[in-house]
Amino acid sequence: MGVVDRGASGTHLAAREIVLCAVVGDNGRVKLYRDEAIVLRTHKLGEADRIVTLLTRNYGQVRAVAKGVRRTSSKFGARLEPFAVIDVQLYAGRSLDVITQVDTLAPHGRALGSDYSLFTTATAMAETADRLTEVPGEPATQQYLLLAGALRALADRRHPATLVLDSYLLRALAVGGWAPSFTECARCGESGPHRAFSAPVGGAVCMGCRPPGAASPAPETFALLGALLAGEWVSAEASEEKHRREASGLVAVYTQWHLERQLRSLRHVERA
Amino acid sequence: MSAYDGVVQELIDELGQLPGVGPKSAQRIAFHILSADTERVHRLATALTEVKARVRFCEICGNVSEEDQCRICRDPRRDGGLLCVVEEAKDVVAIERTREFRGRYHVLGGAINPIDGVGPDDLRIRELMTRLADGEVTEVIIATDPNVEGEATATYLTRMLRPMGIVVSRLASGLPVGGDLEYADEITLGRAFEGRRSIDV
Ligand SMILES: [Zn+2]
Ligand SMILES: [Zn+2]
Repeated sequence: MGVVDRGASGTHLAAREIVLCAVVGDNGRVKLYRDEAIVLRTHKLGEADRIVTLLTRNYGQVRAVAKGVRRTSSKFGARLEPFAVIDVQLYAGRSLDVITQVDTLAPHGRALGSDYSLFTTATAMAETADRLTEVPGEPATQQYLLLAGALRALADRRHPATLVLDSYLLRALAVGGWAPSFTECARCGESGPHRAFSAPVGGAVCMGCRPPGAASPAPETFALLGALLAGEWVSAEASEEKHRREASGLVAVYTQWHLERQLRSLRHVERA
Repeated sequence: MSAYDGVVQELIDELGQLPGVGPKSAQRIAFHILSADTERVHRLATALTEVKARVRFCEICGNVSEEDQCRICRDPRRDGGLLCVVEEAKDVVAIERTREFRGRYHVLGGAINPIDGVGPDDLRIRELMTRLADGEVTEVIIATDPNVEGEATATYLTRMLRPMGIVVSRLASGLPVGGDLEYADEITLGRAFEGRRSIDV
């Protein structure tokens, strides 16, 4: 079993068969199913098991038990590390599903664990994905693709980590229904550019709609935020450090405002 | 929605708080206790209160100890130039079993795990730095768990220790990735000590 990096960017859709082994239970439910997934986090369970939170490509967030993986004799353990992209087979249990087979598609854990800044950045992305896909049984394919792409960009060091994180957060929130506006006024729609930013209102605000306490970022910061949301890397990478810092601050405020509970990992992110 | 009256349910609830004990196991243990003879239950209760009253954490290394300083920190035959950093006190036990290591320990109290809100400041890293300040320790062996969080913790520590002129090494591969250090058998763990590699940053 080699480590095959098939990529999760959606280019191989035709080659992917989704619902496979249909071992159907008495109630007609598919008992055994298979999917691509990203490991968001793991918890120790009992003596040697782990509960693994997965973001699957087709079934949304799944919490599953991985039996015996903390024993050093387990071959599964290494494949179920945070940030790994896997091909997984699960057995639908009564409360938690059980992982019966795992193959590695992209073992990002190695690359990310050996760089503290990348590790903390990846953790903040995984926690955000966890929050945005909390409703069990609700498919979240777009969130899956977004996270897979962001983790890969991070592991490959394709762009500066801080830009990858901020772009990921903005886009994940947009997919989740909290798309920010960085040009038109987020309240009245008046065309921009505007000078003020308000997280509660939803981004840029005109002078008329500007609530007290709104921030006044530099025009370049607004441009950077727009580029990050659109995934325009050339212009995002041309930005200056001070505007990156200002953008990161606004993205953090925007994210924490729109997610109900605070992200625990965001304050631990080391911005290189 | 408790299923049993008063104290029985209280016992089940308490047992259910223990790591690895689900509601069903909690119920099974509770009924085992109910049917056991009074003398045995009394011994269990005494052991619980005694351990809490007598055992604390070593003021130097963070290991469990019945004194202010643990047996290992007090032992003059231990090599004071060698320090092994582990996540939990139970990892000290696992490493001691190998009889490969003659230095002392530092127990961090976990690994960096931001998603659970655990950052560097929540571990005994500051205590480690204070301990290293006098220059007696010349080599630090990082023996955090061979998983992503353990690796990230090792990365973080290495970056802090290197500028201090300390040789930093990580337990060699051979420890299966994703596992807990405490489950590594003595031979594997012993070999990992033999073959520890210095970390270059
Ligand atoms: Zn307006
Ligand atoms: Zn001690």
